[in-house]
Amino acid sequence: MVTCKDFLRELGEYLDESTDPELRAELDRHINECPNCWVVLDTTKKTINIYKGLEAQPLPERLRARLMEAVAKKIGSASNGHDC
Amino acid sequence: MPSEPAAGNVAGADVASGEVLLVERARQGDAEAFSALISKYERRVYRMARQITQNDEDAEDVLQDTFLKAYEHLPSFQGQSKFYTWLTRIAVNESLMKLRKRKSDRTVSLDENIETDEESIVREIAVWDGTPEERYGQEELRAILDEAIQSLKPIFRTVFVLRDVEEMSTEETAEMLGLSIAAVKSRLLRARLQLREKLTRIFKRKGDQILGYV
Repeated sequence: MVTCKDFLRELGEYLDESTDPELRAELDRHINECPNCWVVLDTTKKTINIYKGLEAQPLPERLRARLMEAVAKKIGSASNGHDC
Repeated sequence: MPSEPAAGNVAGADVASGEVLLVERARQGDAEAFSALISKYERRVYRMARQITQNDEDAEDVLQDTFLKAYEHLPSFQGQSKFYTWLTRIAVNESLMKLRKRKSDRTVSLDENIETDEESIVREIAVWDGTPEERYGQEELRAILDEAIQSLKPIFRTVFVLRDVEEMSTEETAEMLGLSIAAVKSRLLRARLQLREKLTRIFKRKGDQILGYV
C-alpha cells in the first residue's frame, strides 16, 4: 500500500510520467483517497506550469544594442582574420 | 483527430529544417543568419542567465558572452543536438562561472550532499485561490515568481530552470551540469517542492488549510 511518504518520494517521476504503470495506478489510488497528497500534486503541477507559462520578456533596447554591437565587432574581426 | 498531429509534425519539421539551414549559413560566416539566431533566442538566454545568476549585470555579460562564444565555436557545432540545446550548454557554463566568481569565498557546488527528505519540505498544504495569472498583474506575478526562485540554492534553481523552464531532458540536464541522472531527479523534486511551498504561502485560499504532513 502506498503511503504519503511513498507518494512524495515518487512525485517527481509521477509528474514526469516515468513511473511504471503498476506503480502509477497505486499512486493514482492514493491520490484519490488522500486529500493532502491531492493538494500537493495539484499545487506542484500549478507551480511548474506557472513558470513554464511565463513568457521571456523582450531585451531592454540598450542591452540588445550592446549585444549586437559586440557580435558585429566579433564577426568583423573574424572576417578580417580570414582575409589576412 | 489523426490529421492534426501529422500537420503539426510537418510544421515542426519545417521549422526545424529552417533552423538547420540558418545554422549552416551562420557556420559559413553569414552574419545575417547569425543575427536571426540571436533574435530567436536572445530572450530565453537572458531569462535563463538571470534566473541562474540572480544578478542583472552578470546576466547581461552571460548573454553577450554566450553569443560571442557560440559564434566562435559554431564551426565545431556538429548538429547532433538542437542548436538551442548547444546554446543553452554555453549559457549555463557562463552563468555558473559568474556565480562561482561572485561567491568566490564560498564554492558554488552543484553536487553537494542533500539529505532532507521530501516531507520536511512540505508544510503548506492548501489549495490555491483561483488562478494567480488572473489574480495578479503580469509584473506583480513576475516579481513573486522571481523572488521565489531567487530564494532557492543555486543547485536547485539551476536544475529547475533547465528542466521545467527550458524543458531540457533529464539526460541533457545531467550532462550539462556534470550530475548523475539520480542527482538531477532528486534536486528537481526538491526544487519543485520548495517553490510550491513558497508560492502556496502567497496563493493559498485563506482559512482553507488542510492538515499538514506530520
